[in-house]
Amino acid sequence: MSVRRLAEEQPASFEFTPENLAWANAQIAKYPEGRQASAVIPLLWQAQKQHNYWLPKPAIEKVADMLDMPFIRVLEIATFYTMFNLEPVGRFFIQMCGTTPCMLRGSDEIKAVLARRVGEQKMVSADGNFAWLEVECLGACCNAPMVQINDDYYEDLTAENFEKLLDDLAGGRPVHVGSQMGRRSSEPAGKLTTLTSFYGDDGRSGPASDKTQA
Amino acid sequence: MTKIIVDGKEVDVPAEYTLLQACEEAGAEIPRFCFHERLSIAGNCRMCLVELKGAPKPVASCAWSVKDCRPGPNGELPSVVTKSPTVKKARNGVMEFLLINHPLDCPICDQGGECDLQDQAMAFGVDNSRYAENKRAVEDKYIGPLVRTSMNRCIHCTRCVRFTAEVAGTADMGAIGRGEDMEITTYLETAMSSELQGNVADLCPVGALLPKPYAFKARPWELGKTESIDVMDALGSAIRVDVRGREVMRILPRVNEAVNEEWISDKTRQVVDGLQRQRLDRPYIRKDGRLVPATWSEAFAAIATRVKATTPARIGAIAGDLASVEDMFALKSLLGNLCSANIDCRQDGTKLHPANGRGSYIFNPSVAGIEEADAILIVGSNPRKESPVLNARILKRWRMGGVDIGLVGERADLTYSYQYLGAGAETLTELGNGKGFAEVLIKAQRPMVIVGQGALLREDGAAVLAACAKLAGAREGWNGLAVLHTAAARVGGLDLGFVPAQGGMDAWAMTRPGALDVIFNLGADELEIAPGAFVVYQGTHGDRGAHRADVILPGATYTEKSGLYVNTEGRVQYAERANFAPGDAREDWAILRALSEVVGAKLAFDSLADLRKALYAAHPHFARIDAIEPGSINIANAGALGTGAFTSAVDDFYLTNPIARASAVMAECSALAKGRLQQAAE
Amino acid sequence: MLDDKDRIFTNLYGYGDWGLKGAMARGAWDNTKGLIEKGKDWIIEEMKASGLRGRGGAGFPTGLKWSFMPKPDPLRPSYLVVNADESEPGTCKDREIMRNDPHLLIEGCMIASFAMGAHACYVYLRGEYILEREHLQAAVDQAYAAGLVGKNNKNGWPFDIYVHHGAGAYICGEETALLESLEGKKGMPRLKPPFPANMGLYGCPTTVNNVESIAVAPTILRRGAAWFSSFGAKNNAGTKLFCVSGHVNTPCNVEEAMSLPFRELIDRHCGGIRGGWDNLLAVIPGGSSVPCVPAHEIIDAAMDFDTLRGLKSGLGTAAVIVLDKSTDIVRAITRISYFYKHESCGQCTPCREGTGWMWRVLTRMCEGRAQKREIDMLLEVSTQIEGHTICALGDAAAWPVQGLIRHFRHEIEKRIDDYSANPHNDTVAPLAAE
Repeated sequence: MSVRRLAEEQPASFEFTPENLAWANAQIAKYPEGRQASAVIPLLWQAQKQHNYWLPKPAIEKVADMLDMPFIRVLEIATFYTMFNLEPVGRFFIQMCGTTPCMLRGSDEIKAVLARRVGEQKMVSADGNFAWLEVECLGACCNAPMVQINDDYYEDLTAENFEKLLDDLAGGRPVHVGSQMGRRSSEPAGKLTTLTSFYGDDGRSGPASDKTQA
Repeated sequence: MTKIIVDGKEVDVPAEYTLLQACEEAGAEIPRFCFHERLSIAGNCRMCLVELKGAPKPVASCAWSVKDCRPGPNGELPSVVTKSPTVKKARNGVMEFLLINHPLDCPICDQGGECDLQDQAMAFGVDNSRYAENKRAVEDKYIGPLVRTSMNRCIHCTRCVRFTAEVAGTADMGAIGRGEDMEITTYLETAMSSELQGNVADLCPVGALLPKPYAFKARPWELGKTESIDVMDALGSAIRVDVRGREVMRILPRVNEAVNEEWISDKTRQVVDGLQRQRLDRPYIRKDGRLVPATWSEAFAAIATRVKATTPARIGAIAGDLASVEDMFALKSLLGNLCSANIDCRQDGTKLHPANGRGSYIFNPSVAGIEEADAILIVGSNPRKESPVLNARILKRWRMGGVDIGLVGERADLTYSYQYLGAGAETLTELGNGKGFAEVLIKAQRPMVIVGQGALLREDGAAVLAACAKLAGAREGWNGLAVLHTAAARVGGLDLGFVPAQGGMDAWAMTRPGALDVIFNLGADELEIAPGAFVVYQGTHGDRGAHRADVILPGATYTEKSGLYVNTEGRVQYAERANFAPGDAREDWAILRALSEVVGAKLAFDSLADLRKALYAAHPHFARIDAIEPGSINIANAGALGTGAFTSAVDDFYLTNPIARASAVMAECSALAKGRLQQAAE
Repeated sequence: MLDDKDRIFTNLYGYGDWGLKGAMARGAWDNTKGLIEKGKDWIIEEMKASGLRGRGGAGFPTGLKWSFMPKPDPLRPSYLVVNADESEPGTCKDREIMRNDPHLLIEGCMIASFAMGAHACYVYLRGEYILEREHLQAAVDQAYAAGLVGKNNKNGWPFDIYVHHGAGAYICGEETALLESLEGKKGMPRLKPPFPANMGLYGCPTTVNNVESIAVAPTILRRGAAWFSSFGAKNNAGTKLFCVSGHVNTPCNVEEAMSLPFRELIDRHCGGIRGGWDNLLAVIPGGSSVPCVPAHEIIDAAMDFDTLRGLKSGLGTAAVIVLDKSTDIVRAITRISYFYKHESCGQCTPCREGTGWMWRVLTRMCEGRAQKREIDMLLEVSTQIEGHTICALGDAAAWPVQGLIRHFRHEIEKRIDDYSANPHNDTVAPLAAE
């Protein structure tokens, strides 16, 4: 955590798209009357998503007005929660988990790849494709090391498969979200040790295996 | 009442008391930073940790109620220990944490000498630090013209954040970021918008927020401290005037639960530089259209010549908004001796009149009574501008819940929400038929109708007053009519009967062209006197009154004289003299006493004590300091309600009187407020 | 070893259909109405008898927690809030429940809400779990469409469930901070008392439960308290999701019986320790906030609340972080220390100031750039934080450091010796600031 400030250059205004506005109103409706402030995080998040994954000042003010909150209260939220990016983050924003479980499994190598290919943290790469940030535990520790790129988790990384992933993203080629070594989720790699009576040793051959999924 | 043991001593305290209060009751001192009696409990500084028998870890005594304590296994009373090694270790630890990132800049810090952190570090800390890392550096923030920041010193107690949210109601301040990078600031470093913002500097337990105009001016131990009463509005806040030599260095609030609790408005606090500037420090006489300096005897002689050549019916006197009761009593006596009936203390033309009974012109339910009201109707007033501290009391009531607030008049951001009923007299007429909000008032146990001068200085002011009195109704032991004055002198003047005697002219009539030949103007700067009359202006500042004067007699401001003031509630309050008037300026009663001799209408007192003796004989209630003399309401011949919207009597909060208009700080605040208003309108 | 038939999370890895159809085939939503008809007292008693202890880390008995909720009051509705802000380093179990078997959670929410008289439930996910949020939301929509939840549902208890999310703040896993965040404020823990059961969400009675605690409830009720409590040692009943990460051959999530020995857990499911058992250095057995346990103490220890507490550590969330001998243990703990500094909300003094202090000292110690006396000072700083804060984050920040010094003081001393044995330009430690 470091001191967080709004970006120097800000757009003049921010408006939700009609779809997002309808979505926002549906969010507000989830909470009891007079408790609309509860929707502040979802609204800010949607605003950020709409605005290339970073949150501009007019969006903060827009959300404050929509929820009848003082500006300072919304600014507090935007600076307290670290998922709100206050500055541009490039086309692909890479959050690299560097906490101990990932560190033990080699996140240093991933970090080295990022430092070499993208550059300094919080700086958008020259081609506008990438920006990266070392973040705290993203809760995928059995699939360490891992990164989150925009909305998606990419797990079981090595320097090699991560480089390839970056190449594919930059080149606009399709990528596989999730484990980069073929695991379905957090099962032991190779052979299942449990639930084999449902899914077989490989997960795909048991009576309960979902055949519609690859 | 609940029994609890503190350091082995049994005390009996109310169950809702916090452990901190219970400990104090038992005589155990508990250090604290974040806790403040008038703010919500944050419990974040952890300085007040105590040991509660049976609890696994030390508890924050500011946040733990006596009723939350469980008895021991054999039914023993709950027991709190404040002097154990555990507590000492906890305090030492917290103190050390607070200091590791606090700069050691006490020698250049204005808080030095009155700093909670200094004091408590002495009492509860250790004498050295083990912190070998670099200290945190935090950017200073701009938060307005009144409060200077030095954010390295901030200990994150959040008192300022809670104050602006809870007492001021403007939510100006917040804490952005998190963890050790949390920073106190306003929204993107805009100026605070509250009229009470100066109080955050008082609340700050360290030197992070300090009064900006006072920066590096003085040290607390070199100041003479005098208890006084504020005259910037009609609330009569309790203040302390700190003086070095002849100069007022700063004004701070004193606690008066009944009036201002412990807050004062920014005008009250920061008008200080206005006391120095634009001062009239010698008499002047107009010669060939220009005011030229004169001696007292020359000025008196000029006045005497005119007065002696004028018939009493062509002489009048108007008292201004800042005059003390003694000044007005002396002036009234002088006019009496001159046999003139033309006196008035209502330069704004308000239709209030002592003949209607004292209850018709005071804030009957009392300021503290706001907290008991269950329905409040505000008529023709913007309490936020007319008396911000009183408005904070309304906000306090609103935050408690269970109160309906209605407004007739100008829409404004009063910091709490209200039901907007209408713009003016028509709405009052409608309410007269008992429908809508009137029903709320009728059903209320403690209805309150706050009526401002904006609604009373109109032609139909008396009718408005009568309508409000009717809406307030009558309850056993409760009079809901609450007249909110804007002038500190007004209630005192009305109490004195400083209104036209039989056949006399009021202020409006006196100032018409050709109405009078001589007018004594005692600091009335808010009205225009038509050309013609010979005006004797007795006042303190080169403001509108002085510009129209033919003779200027330099008087004393409220800090420069000892005097009585009656606040809007009708509470008589005594202000001590803190410093001396500049140059040749004199205390006003003494000027009038000396003048009376020259004009051949000698006043019958030679000292302030004699004056007060005569005053108390004529009006006994002035002798009862801090008391409110209850009054009845007998409004006769009120006339009919007219039409048209009410406007607040105060247009610009920061510039309501000559002292404030002389202040550069107030001018800056005023400009900022205007800018905000413009921005909001766009 | 636990049989597959005794596993609750039968789609833990997502090889089956996570939707309603698949969930029902696996037994979810089976006669939920019947369970509800048995009444709230029965449910609470059954939960108490099952011996289920909260799966979020603190291990507070779940049934007992539910029983604290006051009688329903129309002016102050009760709420169930599900803590899905899974952020404790090492922990990644709730994620699998939400993306692979969300209906277990939704059904659990319904039953728990009924048991405590709540008609509304909010599930607070951490903001980063976007796929998980989408799955859970889709499952909620399915449940509404199927009439399983909603104002008028076939299970006979009017019940609404809402999915809410955070935006990156570990502290929101603390229940009162979570409530603050859910109310649209910064996630700063509240002072207790009052406890959420009296003054929770929007000032109303609220119970906050972990995802796993809620998701196991329907199965426990269907199969009986005796079934659940037959697993694990006394007071440590049931089955549990273990998240094994770090230096094992095949890190994984796995549902096992409580009190399973550590060695068996690793050998059976995780392919053993990387480089063999002799290569094991230490284990952090319950998420980053518990102190590490050296190899010889943990190898044959039962993985449950009481045994691990006996080792001066804890089961926490059962997030087992394994460290082999290649690990720079000082750096591993320093990284955890950085985590707590990063995630401290900043509200109260000891945690705000102390976590940064500890991290900075540890950073120097990683290189050996410190004095030996600073080891004791560090320990003392950690005890100055511990127990003096509003919430448990202060404790969580202090314990790993205390564990490090308890078991690996020699390692820090060696660093310091090595560093000072070599010539350096800078001083060993900065001169003390005043």
